[in-house]
Amino acid sequence: MSSKQKDSSFSENMIKYIYGIADNSLILGQRLGELTGHGPTLEVDIAMTNISLDLFGQVRSYFQYAAQISDKDVTEDDLAFLRTEREYLNVLLVEQPNKDFAYSIGRQFLFDHFHFILMTELQNSKDETLVAIAKKTIKEVSYHKRFSSDWVKRLGDGTEKSHQKMQTAIDDLWKYTDELFHTTEADEKMIEAGVGVDVKKLKEQYYKNVSEVLEEATLQVPDLKYFQKGGKNGIHSEHMGFILTEMQYMQRTFPGMKW
Amino acid sequence: MSDNKENKKKPATHSSKGTTGKKNWPLWEIFVRSKNGLEHRHFGSLHAADADMALENARDVYTRRNEGVSIWVVESKNITASNPEHNGEMFEPASDKVYRHPTFYDLPDDVKHM
Repeated sequence: MSSKQKDSSFSENMIKYIYGIADNSLILGQRLGELTGHGPTLEVDIAMTNISLDLFGQVRSYFQYAAQISDKDVTEDDLAFLRTEREYLNVLLVEQPNKDFAYSIGRQFLFDHFHFILMTELQNSKDETLVAIAKKTIKEVSYHKRFSSDWVKRLGDGTEKSHQKMQTAIDDLWKYTDELFHTTEADEKMIEAGVGVDVKKLKEQYYKNVSEVLEEATLQVPDLKYFQKGGKNGIHSEHMGFILTEMQYMQRTFPGMKW
Repeated sequence: MSDNKENKKKPATHSSKGTTGKKNWPLWEIFVRSKNGLEHRHFGSLHAADADMALENARDVYTRRNEGVSIWVVESKNITASNPEHNGEMFEPASDKVYRHPTFYDLPDDVKHM
């Protein structure tokens, strides 16, 4: 009995840990999907929605795994579409809107560099499925990181106007970066079990990598003392409700629908 | 800040040297090798500010579904094309001389792509 209790709390923490990773890809994928047909050029439009598709592909792997672990009778679609706002554990950064192209690129850039080092470390997890997902994902993320970093450099070191827009985006989004390195209770349990990545240890490397690109882009690295947090514990910004309304519409309107 | 900017090489956000004017990126022709052993084939064209961006755009536009193992990009203005009006003098003399084509040999079935 006690071992069974232990198992069920383990699987609950594991599912929360998976949400903590997968929800970032899900919500960012949804944000990028909003750009379909609205990219600044045809080529960039395709590139950004390709990234969105990569992210959704990752989400499917995570949620199939989470559904399999769960003791409830749920599918990957239930996990993606039928949770309430407080049950999504993505960071605030990925839910920030596509205010302009520089914002979309800035958001992508700040997330990709985190995503890349997270996936690098997740390959050392004791959980074989997570290792397999990380191995597949790292190639995609490596490309995302190149794409967004290139654009940060192009805009930052481009015209006066593009420089100013890129700087504004980085300045505004910087306050969401610290949360990437927070851990929840479930995260800590998974770190103890050798399954989860201790993101606290990745912080220094992240800011070093990001700052290098910003400097090459002739942009200022923001110097902030106060940061936003909450998403990892389900406390989201005002944008989240709108994202979910659109994303969940089909499943809520036609429950159980399939393509 | 602006001093700093001038010392560095600027990746273009707009087309260089007036290929198609300031607002449009130049056009690039994309060649993709589908698999090792085959030649690069023309896949299409796209817009990009420079060669690096053309490669990335080509990757996203043409090879996302595993279509290729290698990409070449060439700015379209660097391609010299034959004039269709001269098709007569350029190509027709060849078509009535069957002996110019090695059609009198039996090719073994194993030889492909000939």
